[in-house]
Amino acid sequence: MKMRLLRVYMDHTAGMPVDDRVLESMMPYFTQNYGNPSSTHSLGNEARRAIDEARAKVAELIGAEKKEEVIFTSGGTESNNLAIKGAAYRKKEKGNHIITSSIEHMSVMNTCKYLNKQGFKVTYLPVDKYGIVDIEALKKKITAKTALVSIMYANGEIGTLEPIKEIGEVAHSKGAIFHVDAVAAAGQVQVNVQDENIDLLSLSSNDMYGPRGLGALYKKTGTPILPIMQGGGQERGLRSGTENLPGIVGMGKAAELAKTEMKTEAERVSNLRDAFIKGVLDNIAESHLNGHPTERLPNNINVRFSYIEGESLILSLDMEGVACSSGSACTSKTLEPSHVLLAIGLAHEDAHGSLLFTLGKQNAKEDVKYVLGLLPRIVRRLRAISPLTPKELVT
Amino acid sequence: MYTEKVMEHFRNPRNMGEMSDADGVGTVGNPVCGDLMTIYIRVRDDRIADVKFKTFGCGAAIATSSMITELAKGKTLEEALKITRGDVAESLGGLPPVKMHCSNLAADGLHAAIEDYLKKREAKR
Repeated sequence: MKMRLLRVYMDHTAGMPVDDRVLESMMPYFTQNYGNPSSTHSLGNEARRAIDEARAKVAELIGAEKKEEVIFTSGGTESNNLAIKGAAYRKKEKGNHIITSSIEHMSVMNTCKYLNKQGFKVTYLPVDKYGIVDIEALKKKITAKTALVSIMYANGEIGTLEPIKEIGEVAHSKGAIFHVDAVAAAGQVQVNVQDENIDLLSLSSNDMYGPRGLGALYKKTGTPILPIMQGGGQERGLRSGTENLPGIVGMGKAAELAKTEMKTEAERVSNLRDAFIKGVLDNIAESHLNGHPTERLPNNINVRFSYIEGESLILSLDMEGVACSSGSACTSKTLEPSHVLLAIGLAHEDAHGSLLFTLGKQNAKEDVKYVLGLLPRIVRRLRAISPLTPKELVT
Repeated sequence: MYTEKVMEHFRNPRNMGEMSDADGVGTVGNPVCGDLMTIYIRVRDDRIADVKFKTFGCGAAIATSSMITELAKGKTLEEALKITRGDVAESLGGLPPVKMHCSNLAADGLHAAIEDYLKKREAKR
């Protein structure tokens, strides 16, 4: 199919461009400094030095005490697998109970489902209509047999920020390890592992303008986990496999840029977000915001339109050069609407009509204006086609 | 993902709308699943003289609805009942495999409208 003219990219949660400065920092490590950090010679030393530097930058971004607490992985999914399986297997003698939420990323959900088949008991905590995890339910469900509590820092789909520090306190009160999936949050909002009672934290490089295929797991000193990959014992025995040197350097640079630019960028983008949300709710009847109005990622806009379906909205926007996502079943591999939207209490037919716009560095005021100019017309057209639309909305 | 033909029907759906005095109406699908389709027919001398549709659903659901109205118009009821889901997909240059079952409901909708007409005719006799 022909590539349509792309005018506005608002699908940053699905994929981000690599920052030019990140790409530049990576280039020497493909063709000049290609040593293996496990080698004894100078080229090996240079690779080791570069990795250490990147490790320190990632540690700094999340407020880790030591750089050695950062383990590089192949991405958010591997980090979540390593954290959850690694902690569950290692803490088996304490108990076989895991607590997570009902709105986690599939790499947490399906890892927990897998462990359930292996004999672990899993509790999925409910969330309120905004997607905030029910702490009272956590207090009721947690026991001395709970080995691990895994809750996301922010939900990438509806943008809701979770009360991480409080959840960590509850987890620690029963001696459970606290894992946090911060893939959607890191680089968007300030994360501090020491202040927020976090033992394990998953990160992804591409979600902060770094290269794909790279991620990290923060492991607080003294937190026991087992490796899930056996091999040459790289990353202090926790992640075997020759290091992805250019990728790690790139992720380090991305973390460094996020650290220095995050605050200004978050402020800029959250202004665009609020103008976008207001523009939709004010100008389109029966449109609604999904997620929390204020406790929300600065780049996240998730709205739904009654009586129409998300995929046809995406196609209509794509025809005008706008890229975004939906939680509709029609855009998923499983043909089920987003579990996150169902968990916040939406009916299936409402979940189908949701649209997700995630903003990034490249988006400006004009982009928001452009999309807000298109949406009312697109929604009106699809509502005219839909048999569910009440008459008064069409005329 | 979709063929140019699917996108063309999505952009410019044929025969979209309601028919207040339809001779037969068929509704298939379910908004819970993400697809709901209503087909209206007007019958003259055992032929489909006019046909309209309204659809809630994805691009494929809208394009197949539009396509079925083109395929059905002017056909005898007997001919129209022989139009299959496969015929609709083929006329659109194919559909993604995942859409073949859930969104390719238009033939069922047309058949339901014809059955509705036949039932009403039977009742009048």
